[in-house]
Amino acid sequence: MPIKPKNGKRLLWVSLLLGGVLVFSVFIASAIGSVNISLPDIFHMVLNKFALFHFPTTWRAVDETIIFQIRLPRVIGAALVGAALATAGVLFQGLLRNPLADPYITGTSAGAALGATIAMILPLNLAFLGFGLVPVAAFIGALVTVILVYNMARVGGRTPVVSMLLAGFVVSALLTAVITFLMSIGDRLGLNLRSVFSFLMGHISVTNWSQLAVVAPLVIGGIIAARFFAFHLNAFSMGEESASYLGIDVEKDKIFILALGSLLTAAAVSISGLVGFVGLVMPHAVRLILGPDHRLLIPASALAGAIFIVIADLLARTILAPGEIPVGIITALIGAPFFLYLLRRSRREYTF
Amino acid sequence: MTIGIEIRDVSFAYTDGMALRNIKLSVTAGEMVGLLGPNGSGKTTLIKLASGILRPNHGEILLGGTSLRSMSRKNIARSVAVVPQQFDIPFAFTTTDVVMLGRFPFIKTLSAESTEDKNIVSETMDLVRLSQFGERRFDELSGGERQKVILAMALAQQPKLLLLDEPTLHLDISHQIEILELVRRLNTTQKLTVVAAMHDLNLAALYFDRLILLKEGRIVADGTPSQVLTEGTISEVFATTVKVEVHPSTGAPHIVVMPRKNS
Repeated sequence: MPIKPKNGKRLLWVSLLLGGVLVFSVFIASAIGSVNISLPDIFHMVLNKFALFHFPTTWRAVDETIIFQIRLPRVIGAALVGAALATAGVLFQGLLRNPLADPYITGTSAGAALGATIAMILPLNLAFLGFGLVPVAAFIGALVTVILVYNMARVGGRTPVVSMLLAGFVVSALLTAVITFLMSIGDRLGLNLRSVFSFLMGHISVTNWSQLAVVAPLVIGGIIAARFFAFHLNAFSMGEESASYLGIDVEKDKIFILALGSLLTAAAVSISGLVGFVGLVMPHAVRLILGPDHRLLIPASALAGAIFIVIADLLARTILAPGEIPVGIITALIGAPFFLYLLRRSRREYTF
Repeated sequence: MTIGIEIRDVSFAYTDGMALRNIKLSVTAGEMVGLLGPNGSGKTTLIKLASGILRPNHGEILLGGTSLRSMSRKNIARSVAVVPQQFDIPFAFTTTDVVMLGRFPFIKTLSAESTEDKNIVSETMDLVRLSQFGERRFDELSGGERQKVILAMALAQQPKLLLLDEPTLHLDISHQIEILELVRRLNTTQKLTVVAAMHDLNLAALYFDRLILLKEGRIVADGTPSQVLTEGTISEVFATTVKVEVHPSTGAPHIVVMPRKNS
């Protein structure tokens, strides 16, 4: 029986298709806002940035400033957030073999939120590589929490998956209590509740290119590294015992995958706060369409997640313009019904 | 392509108690060995030690003359395949996807499976008579079919030593025979070394040349089926009264259980 040569070509076609849609949605999202700028103009502006092209300037100078200083950094930031969270979701769902796993399952969300809240209380105004104190504190908070959770779950040289899930849950609950406490005495601490709220609900806050220069290599590097573990994750889906029979050094892989997923999540959280649902729903949606092979799932989810957040952020800043809705509300409003649709559509007991 | 395994004075304890004591066992290349013993006698532990995922507290295990301690997991997986007692796959992989995982130790990171890998997978699926299940989802197969898929995955590793942990547990008699016939055939035609934990004494007597009887972590008998499966050893090890008869066509011992008097 010949086996269909499905993976190589499918990966190429899926990447091209989703990549194309992503580029298109980045342009659309850059075009729309308080001032609408035509797509051909944006296209020419961007191409002119490469010394090879010299299209005549048919747009106002202010339009160019809007595109390059405001919209593109934000839209690209949104794409990076979506790609990072969707990839982290795939990594955690695959490693933990749990369909409810999302990028925040190891406590990164609570850790980041506590870090951010403390940074908002501190009367400091530091800037670091284009970042304020809040994103840096969120990033550190997320990573410190994962390290804590990992060590809590570790017994006798092993880190059982169930212990990870429980430790993540409990540490999150504890940190959330601390955040809620700080918020409840917020007026005494000079804490702006609106800022905390905005962080908790998710809000793409990229204001300059130097932030992207830090986050983009982390996210893109992280996704490429995740792709190296794709076939390992397929083996992990058999369970840890079988994975090690197949030649995997289970504990070593677990640390790598966990570190990678956490780093991606922390990078995303530092520029967006806690955007929910994309890390949970995107891997499931892509799996239902393309199947569970992680070699295809990782790049496809990253691209699909990027598209999703670019569009969600566009809606977040345009629906009630000039006001903004937190992007996390849009992702939940779209993501939850979509997830229910996927669940109902499969008509059989849900395997993911 | 076959390899032997030598277990030298191995003891192993789980955190809550002793599992194996001072096991000495040499399986030469091409042998087909069955491990017997009551639940908790150490069969599964012995399989796990032989596969290298558990490390002995004392003693040493040599695979074809090389100590398992000095081999990486990937290296071991290139010669030893294991069919574990329990497995579940929560993802919607197809049968072919699962069997292809058997090629894991041979596929380089980021490389797709080669034509050779695909050929091996398709030959293995023919061998295990799974070809018609290729595109079926693993989680929708019956217990017997799943067991065959896992066996095919192990065989796709092209192992020199095959370890099986109660491969016929929970299967109907036709699947039990099918799996044991296949393993037996690979043992005779390809000289594949086989070590299998077995719970069914009669099937073990029919398909294995050498049986090892474990009790409370020690080897209490080692030899041909008729040497090992005697009324005396069985009643001692399993605390059950039996009569040992002779199989009408193969001459292997056949165990008949005697009900306890008060039941």
